[in-house]
Amino acid sequence: MKILVCISNVPDTTTKVKFVDSDTKLDTTGIQWVINPWDELSLTRALELKDDPSAGVKSVTVAHVGLPASEPTIRKALAIGADDAFRVNAAPADSYFVAAQLAAVIRKEQYDVILCGIESSDYNGSMTGGMVAEFLGIPSVSAVSDIKIENGSPLLTREIDGGREIVTVPMPFVAIVQKGIAKEPRIASMRGIMTSRTKPVRLYEPEAEEPLTGIKVYEKPSPRAACKFIDPENAGQLITLLQNEAKII
Amino acid sequence: MSVLVYTQNWDGRFKKSSFELVSYGSKVAEMLNTSLVCLSVGAVSDEELKKLGNWGGKRIIRVDNDYCKVLDNQVYTDIIAQIALKEDARVVIMSDNSEGKAVAPRLSVRLKAGMASGVSKLPLSVNPFTLYKRTYSGNAFAHMVVNTDIKIITLSQNSFDLVETPNNAVIETSNITVDGSLVRTVVKESQKQTGKLLLTDAEIVVSGGRGMKSADNWGPLVELAGALGAATACSRPVSDEGWRSHEEHTGQTGKVIAPNLYIAVGISGATQHLAGVSSSKYIVAVNTDKDAPIFEVAQYGIVGDALKVLPKLVEAVKELKK
Repeated sequence: MKILVCISNVPDTTTKVKFVDSDTKLDTTGIQWVINPWDELSLTRALELKDDPSAGVKSVTVAHVGLPASEPTIRKALAIGADDAFRVNAAPADSYFVAAQLAAVIRKEQYDVILCGIESSDYNGSMTGGMVAEFLGIPSVSAVSDIKIENGSPLLTREIDGGREIVTVPMPFVAIVQKGIAKEPRIASMRGIMTSRTKPVRLYEPEAEEPLTGIKVYEKPSPRAACKFIDPENAGQLITLLQNEAKII
Repeated sequence: MSVLVYTQNWDGRFKKSSFELVSYGSKVAEMLNTSLVCLSVGAVSDEELKKLGNWGGKRIIRVDNDYCKVLDNQVYTDIIAQIALKEDARVVIMSDNSEGKAVAPRLSVRLKAGMASGVSKLPLSVNPFTLYKRTYSGNAFAHMVVNTDIKIITLSQNSFDLVETPNNAVIETSNITVDGSLVRTVVKESQKQTGKLLLTDAEIVVSGGRGMKSADNWGPLVELAGALGAATACSRPVSDEGWRSHEEHTGQTGKVIAPNLYIAVGISGATQHLAGVSSSKYIVAVNTDKDAPIFEVAQYGIVGDALKVLPKLVEAVKELKK
């Protein structure tokens, strides 16, 4: 069984984002780029499955659509433990474009289990995984918080409103994973960092595809009114304010 | 031409978020000078479907067959795509909830329709079709232009006010055929709590953080939530410690919510936490540290010990309800 983990590189989640060029572009000055948190967790789960001989995972590959500048993010994933990687050499124009590029390579390389994080912390699209599945015409399961492989077939826990379901689908499939899929992201060991330098990263040139959407301008959320403080000794006053002033309860 | 709203049902019932979608769709249809069509998939009674009429639903299409009993993303994509094409939909609107996130991206590829997710306002313009959407986990919003003939929107929950526009909705049962071989999701086991107020549906949320000090101290917080008709939530350290269930974790990697009122008790307000709650209409914070970042986004604050403040709040709410 071959697992593919699709990763996106995003600004560190504590970044205070700023925009330049009349608010049309992210100001990348001083930004620390990291693997998208959900993708990092899905990579961790993929490696856990590979460590378990009963799951029968032969390899874990990392997929990325991006320019050479995002190479360090791929190397980081290899250092954490992925066996190899491919990169489609194109700026990720929108989710549709990225999914089309991923699907084109997946058709050539063939994977059994494709993992995508439920969203990226930059565009918050929640789209790429479902789109890849539709391009490939294969099943997708969304909001997956656990994956097990039993007797060669997958058991996926998906979160639904007010509960969860354990489902199975035939391979190949796309699992769109969320919180719970792994406890803590796996960290690269020194040996992992050394070996990552020599692991193969296959380079693909992009297919001719046009993005369907574009971002015209960014704006920051409107600032909130200053906080009104209430004396802790008289905390009940808060409830009165919420009722009479904010009229919210 | 039409605007198509997909209204999910929960065991045959709609929720407030369904009516929000219909209200929103009705306004978008007005902006485009066209009419609104609502699509319901699964077993829903006429009486329930008629409710969509209160919020601007004029035509309601029902699809109900054996293949839609379980959420199989491919089957649902097929059904919605067929109806969208039949109705010549220019815009397809779904909720930005788990079902919308599962199906809408597939639909985007199927219809080659540009998609904007996490939209929280009416289109900023219809030509070019520009949507206001959440980016950078709530630290910014983008004006996203969708260039295709058909557009797909997923609307953030609790971001659009209900607009009552009563009319007598006409219900049609569609006879589209669904390819049964598409059904490939098999449910082995289902665990579901019924009757519990869901965090994502709640208009008021009371949430606790590390300032609650231990798993044993949640009684008054739960009591406050109960008295306010609110759902309970928590910050990441709390769910990591196992003080509360993971389902309650709100924040960047947990649930993203936008209630009318978010009461953060003993939560300092790290960027990752705020990413999950910053769209709340009102934020109230109780924290011992007056410099905690949560006070920068709160409209009301109490600098004090969560465990001392909570009983006073419970008492005040009880007094109010008398």
